[in-house]
Amino acid sequence: MSELFLSAWEGLPEWTQFTALSVAKIVAIMVPLILAVAYLTFAERKVIGYMQVRVGPNRVGPRGWLQPIADVVKLLTKEIIVPTRANRFLFITAPLLALAPAFVAWSVIPFTDTLVLADIDASLLFILALTSMGVYGVIVAGWASNSKYAFLGSMRSAAQIVAYEIAMGFALVGVLMAAGSLNLREIVLAQAGDWGFLEWYVLPLLPLFVVYFVAGVAETNRAPFDVAEGESEIVAGFHVEYSGVAFALFFLAEYTNMILISTLASIMFLGGWLSPLPAAWVPDVPVLGALLGSGFHWLLAKVSFLLFCFLWFRATFPRYRYDQIMRLGWKVFIPVTLVWIVLIGVVHFTPWGFIVH
Amino acid sequence: MQSLKRFLNSFLLIELLRGMLVTGRHLFRPKVTVQYPDERTPTSPRFRGLHALRRYPNGEERCIACKLCEATCPAAAITIQSDVRPDGSRRTVRYEIDLFKCIYCGFCEESCPVDSIVETGFNEFHFEQRGDHVIKKEQLLALGDRFEKEIAAARAADAKYR
Repeated sequence: MSELFLSAWEGLPEWTQFTALSVAKIVAIMVPLILAVAYLTFAERKVIGYMQVRVGPNRVGPRGWLQPIADVVKLLTKEIIVPTRANRFLFITAPLLALAPAFVAWSVIPFTDTLVLADIDASLLFILALTSMGVYGVIVAGWASNSKYAFLGSMRSAAQIVAYEIAMGFALVGVLMAAGSLNLREIVLAQAGDWGFLEWYVLPLLPLFVVYFVAGVAETNRAPFDVAEGESEIVAGFHVEYSGVAFALFFLAEYTNMILISTLASIMFLGGWLSPLPAAWVPDVPVLGALLGSGFHWLLAKVSFLLFCFLWFRATFPRYRYDQIMRLGWKVFIPVTLVWIVLIGVVHFTPWGFIVH
Repeated sequence: MQSLKRFLNSFLLIELLRGMLVTGRHLFRPKVTVQYPDERTPTSPRFRGLHALRRYPNGEERCIACKLCEATCPAAAITIQSDVRPDGSRRTVRYEIDLFKCIYCGFCEESCPVDSIVETGFNEFHFEQRGDHVIKKEQLLALGDRFEKEIAAARAADAKYR
């Protein structure tokens, strides 16, 4: 049976083999990602519930574990209503525009030293370009809906994303200067060393890490920067008019972006798949050694913690006022990152240059 | 000095971290949720739920059609018609409560000289058909039979305060 399969595989032309393999890899990334999004929504409701001294959803399936499945089925079976005066083409395109960049960015994420779909040299630039593409989905959705609330929401979102994109880019410039590479895999490898987690960029670049993560929260329009949705002021912002699958796609894009930001933060500041223990400390025992040594599970743990922080922020902070958001982005984050970049540059030429590699 | 302290407090995220500590602590607090259909909070014997008409232990209905409840009802939810039974006693032929009008104030219960109309502790009822919200005498008597034990227990518990 397997021989038959193998001979059939060998018989295929090379480009077919390549395409089939790539598609298989893409599916292998996307399916776990979508499942992660589904369970992130569940985790969000549970964590926020617990922080508000409630128990959260616990009715569907054992302890509520099937809740996301029920949510998905509900959203898939609902009707998509296109407003009468809306631009039909753009209205349908907008969710796809929001979703596509969120997924494409995952192609350059290194999950371990060898596990990466496209190990391209300018992957950091690629990521920066794609994360800012996401705003088109929001703007187009707001405009195509032909509703003032949706329009206001998308304007707010656009201004906010533009403002925080700069601080985010500058934070990444700091990482670039430290690592000397635009390749995400090499950025992680530059954080490897004899000292375990002390080598990670989160320590020498702490302000940049904070700026990057907070800007990431703002980029994904999550609380406390969720003025683009602002339930109390503009109903649900840019996606008021969306229902059913179209709404589900926006939801998917938002949560995929959250996971993406967390993954990027762990790759660039928390050493990606690297173990926090120095390699010399890891015992050479079969299971324990693999568990304590570097590997995908460390990336998973770091991403999970950062995602928990996303939910923690949402449970803790009230929404920022719009002018405060702009002040924070332009007057606080950009100066902080600029100062720190200059500092890194100066330290490079001193005997203490090893601190920032 | 004061303004410098305030600046550092917000710039170094100290205030925000303090806020996160509060929510972080609450994450581990015991939860206050009552899992409603499985768990219930205790109710008072004075709880005013769905109405019922009671009977004497010998099976005779208590109501003597005095119409005090109808008169006192602030929402005019009670409709009574009375007649004389063949044995010469005065009884209702029609006793209806419109549950949409009723405000569950308990005045009918208070006004009743024979403890006939009462409000039970039962509050989980619903209507499936148009018109079901007007409950008839037979239904009220059936409710009384169904909840007699609880009604009697609640009356006994509250008797010394009346």
